Amino acid sequence: MSLIEIKNLHASVDGKAILKGVDLTIKAGEVHAIMGPNGAGKSTLSYVLAGREGYEITEGSVTFDGQDLLALEVEERAAAGLFLAFQYPVEIPGVTNATFLKEALNAIRKTRGESPLDAMQFLKLIRAKAKDLSMTDEMIKRAVNVGFSGGEKKRNEALQMAVLQPKLAILDETDSGLDIDALKIVAEGVNKLRGPERGMLVITHYQRLLDYIVPDVVHVLANGRIQKTGGKELALELEAKGYAEFGISDAAA
Amino acid sequence: MSGELTPTHSAQGTSASFIEQVKQAQPALAPVAHPWLACFRAEGMERFAKAGLPTTRNEAWKFTNLRGLDKLSLSPAPDARSVPVDAIPTALEAAGPRLVFIGGQFRADLSRTQGLPDGVLLDALSAQMAADPQGLADRMEGLLARFPGADHPMRSLNAAFLADGALLHVPAGVKLEQPVELVFLAPAGVAAAWHPRLVVLVEDGAEATIVEHHAGQPGAAYLSNIAADVAVGTGARLHHYKIQREGTDAFHIATLNTHLADASTYDTFVLNLGARLARHEARQVLGGEKIEARVSGAYAIGGDQVSDITTLIDHAMPNCTSREVVKGVIDGKARGVFQGKIIVRPDAQKTDGYQLNRALLLSETSEINSKPELEIYADDVKCSHGATAGELDEDQMFYLRARGVPRDVARVMLIGAFLDEAMDEIIDEQVRAYFRAAAAAWMGTERA
Repeated sequence: MSLIEIKNLHASVDGKAILKGVDLTIKAGEVHAIMGPNGAGKSTLSYVLAGREGYEITEGSVTFDGQDLLALEVEERAAAGLFLAFQYPVEIPGVTNATFLKEALNAIRKTRGESPLDAMQFLKLIRAKAKDLSMTDEMIKRAVNVGFSGGEKKRNEALQMAVLQPKLAILDETDSGLDIDALKIVAEGVNKLRGPERGMLVITHYQRLLDYIVPDVVHVLANGRIQKTGGKELALELEAKGYAEFGISDAAA
Repeated sequence: MSGELTPTHSAQGTSASFIEQVKQAQPALAPVAHPWLACFRAEGMERFAKAGLPTTRNEAWKFTNLRGLDKLSLSPAPDARSVPVDAIPTALEAAGPRLVFIGGQFRADLSRTQGLPDGVLLDALSAQMAADPQGLADRMEGLLARFPGADHPMRSLNAAFLADGALLHVPAGVKLEQPVELVFLAPAGVAAAWHPRLVVLVEDGAEATIVEHHAGQPGAAYLSNIAADVAVGTGARLHHYKIQREGTDAFHIATLNTHLADASTYDTFVLNLGARLARHEARQVLGGEKIEARVSGAYAIGGDQVSDITTLIDHAMPNCTSREVVKGVIDGKARGVFQGKIIVRPDAQKTDGYQLNRALLLSETSEINSKPELEIYADDVKCSHGATAGELDEDQMFYLRARGVPRDVARVMLIGAFLDEAMDEIIDEQVRAYFRAAAAAWMGTERA
């Protein structure tokens, strides 16, 4: 059964069409990658799916786990099991990572009809998950993303994903701003979450990330549409040839 | 060095009938026999009659209009002895010393003054006016001498109605382990005016913590007009906190003068949540060297409320530090006012001053008037200030919601985080936790 089914999705920002008929279906257990040049609409797609304000859906539909995704509020989408790992994680001074994650997890548990975790249970969980990502207790106590390096911010995204256990994780340019060591740690964290129940959509400009998070399916997004779909070898092909054949001269190297 | 906060006032803005009403209300007070105290009242009346209420034509009152105050009944509250009281607010877990006032009148039956260290005097002014009027007059006169030229119409009005208030005198070297709570409650449904006076002396090397509570219910247009005179001696420490939750039809005006001596520490914080109009005007005179003054505050208001925090930090001597963080959350048609003046006089070399004022506007119709003012006459000083006003950050809201946190919870988290930066200035942990909880309760009612 398909986890998410995007049909003929059109979206615009300030009257300018960005997505012009995206079709994409991900089944549980699959990892899909979307590659494409700058300005192709990659980030727009991830924001539209997460429910960010400022995007107008002009046509099409998105069915997520049997629900009309576009009819849900942002937090309802998260509770339904959708997770967006941000390209630029947001800093929130005055709110600690621990408080933030506890509020998030318990809100999601509530909508699932589960009882909230108490402080001890939560601490145990978050410590175990943080350890997997080589994150210290100190990072958990710090304000959300404040004073974090680029790599720490992305690890923090992976930690949130590990704690919230989404059905579908969308990784928006997770490799941007990461050196190779940080990239490996984050990719390892993501790979741990791969499983038959979970789908992933990895959005990236570069092939590099896909060496570590190996996709089942690769799509090329350009000019607001999926232009080509293939296996993981498509990523290597794009790396070699760039996006020229899609009418765009932006080289992918 | 006089009158920086309050340039010349004129009575032109106040109707003659209002001043007449003030004059008529005064004889309702219990008479004072002591000549100095009687004279203090009479001179207060004289000065107020000349000045009238401050108007927005006065620079110091440009943003805060007292219109409506002259429509209030200025008669004192009826005898408060029989007013039933259900709950007396406290910031403390353990019962400590406290003075309770209802409608400005001391309630001995609700107060606790036993168990204080030897030599510490904590009492109501009304009790001291009967028991030791000379001692009270001496203390007040000594305090006033430290603030020459600090004339102020609302202080004059307070003086004219001197009847009750709190006296705390901590002798040299004595440390009060427990905070002293001063609780001022408005009787429900009473439209009246009261003018409590606070007389606080913390002598050399002594230490004390004061928590003021001011609270009332909506539905009564009353005036609570407080004046405080505070002196902190050499090497002494005073923590002075205030939480204001007056009824939303009330006027709350507090005018504080604090004098700090060498190497003293003054840690003060005001939290404004209530009143239709609240003005907290605090002047700190740093009259010695190596003083640390922490003058901060926060407010959270909605509806038609006005919260005004006006401060003067007067660096008169070298090698002192002052730090001021004032943050406010403004919803509805409410308006926040911050006027923060720092003066660094020619002798005050090596002054280190820091001031931050930030406002969070939650609605299109909310407003902030912020006026930071630095007057620096010394050349070797470090002074910085910043003022910002903004809305809730949309990226932060989206991030929290994208992780499953519902919109209203996310809002409360972000507002709480915003205010915490100010609340963190409160040194006393119990008080900090209590003030935070009070602000969180405000957010709860705003959401409802």
